[in-house]
Amino acid sequence: MKNLHRIYFVICMLSISFVGNAQEEDLLSLVGTEEKPKKEFVNYAFKSSRVIMSHSMEVIRPGVMDFRILHRFGNVNKGLSELFGLDNATMRMGFDFGLAKNLMIGVGRSTNKKELDGFAKYRIIHQSKGPKSLPFSVLLVGGTSLSTLKITDTTQKEYFTSRMGFYGQLILGSKLSESISLQVMPTVVHRNLVPTVDDPNDLFAIGAGARIKLSNRVSMNVDYYYRINPNPIDGTQNPLSIGFDIETGGHVFQLHFTNAIGMNEKVFLLETTNRWGKGDIQFGFNISRSFQIGKKKH
Amino acid sequence: MKRIMLLIVIMMTLQQFVNAQTKYFTKNGKITFFSKASLENIEALNKSVTAVLDTKSGNIQFAVLMKGFEFEKALMQEHFNENYLESHKYPKAIFKGEVLNNSSIDYAKNGTYKAKVKGTLTIHGESQPVETEGNIVVNGNQLKTDANFTVALADYKITIPKIVKNNIAKVVSIQVACLLEPLQ
Repeated sequence: MKNLHRIYFVICMLSISFVGNAQEEDLLSLVGTEEKPKKEFVNYAFKSSRVIMSHSMEVIRPGVMDFRILHRFGNVNKGLSELFGLDNATMRMGFDFGLAKNLMIGVGRSTNKKELDGFAKYRIIHQSKGPKSLPFSVLLVGGTSLSTLKITDTTQKEYFTSRMGFYGQLILGSKLSESISLQVMPTVVHRNLVPTVDDPNDLFAIGAGARIKLSNRVSMNVDYYYRINPNPIDGTQNPLSIGFDIETGGHVFQLHFTNAIGMNEKVFLLETTNRWGKGDIQFGFNISRSFQIGKKKH
Repeated sequence: MKRIMLLIVIMMTLQQFVNAQTKYFTKNGKITFFSKASLENIEALNKSVTAVLDTKSGNIQFAVLMKGFEFEKALMQEHFNENYLESHKYPKAIFKGEVLNNSSIDYAKNGTYKAKVKGTLTIHGESQPVETEGNIVVNGNQLKTDANFTVALADYKITIPKIVKNNIAKVVSIQVACLLEPLQ
């Protein structure tokens, strides 16, 4: 008999709990919109595929072509007669293509030494959130450059390969928060032909890049390399660029100050002679314009 | 006496079980939005809309993850999430409302019924009243629902910079289509 009472009681409680449910306002909670957390990739660590001069941890999407025009003006401390450097400009024009989710390539040509360059960037690890996630991205960049200047030194035998330079770079980066992204870039640059015996054929450097988002469309970026074994006597400097990314719909403008004139890895790491300390810096800007040329792959 | 009580209690319980089956849901409903501006049209599709309809009370609710909207152009998707909807801050859009003419819809009988829906739509952290007329098609134990309405971006504090004012419409049209199945 006691058992039967217990059964009544349990059934009564069940009924009441169901009544409670029926009056529950939040229907969505019944089906659990809070799905079990899915692995989600972290994107938009930087506004574009470059920090300022360096490759960033971003890869442009498949089917996207990024037309990039880079300008570096003359030294700011040349004064008004040179309009603070604006009278002189070198530029690099380039096209980057997103081939797959984790792969992009690009080609460009700089007026400085009439150099052609090309690179491929591959993302090995994509930063993610959720289960089995990794809080950082790892990318590999390989690039080459080719000077097309006439060689004036007639005493040297001219090889095609002596015009070439190569670089390899590992990018370890993390979008630490919505507004702060950080990356380090161990880099090696190889030149087939060096100008003097003091110049290393292989230069090693460690770069660091960061961005702080100031608003949805504006961020502040810093890009720097410490060179481990530079030529000790040619007076070249470690390149440092500081600037702002401004995004205006289809364009990203990267306005910055830099002591590096070169716009490919070989040149800005090996041929930067200006010093920040002396005000020997240039104003520069990069314009990135994205075009969707292929169908987006989901 | 005790038997009668037991019977009543069992009936009540059963009644609740029956009630529980008046709820229909889906997790892969579709929402399309369309922005028509002088320079370009923008269209995006989300295929994982969660929707629940209680046919007894007429309550209807939708939830959608903003990051799930897929655009034709990758850059549009980036700007949608990063600049306009700020998906990291406001990951979801939610609609909670009711079918005003719920009593005139016979969910037991196959057919197409007009449904007036009124409720609150929350996007980008801002809530606004929304009222529209849609259709509910009863087909066996499946309910097909669809509705169209428009959303003024300014109402939800989504600001469009002047420089792209010819690329993005001030008012975008939204299409919702869901196939609801009984919620067990």
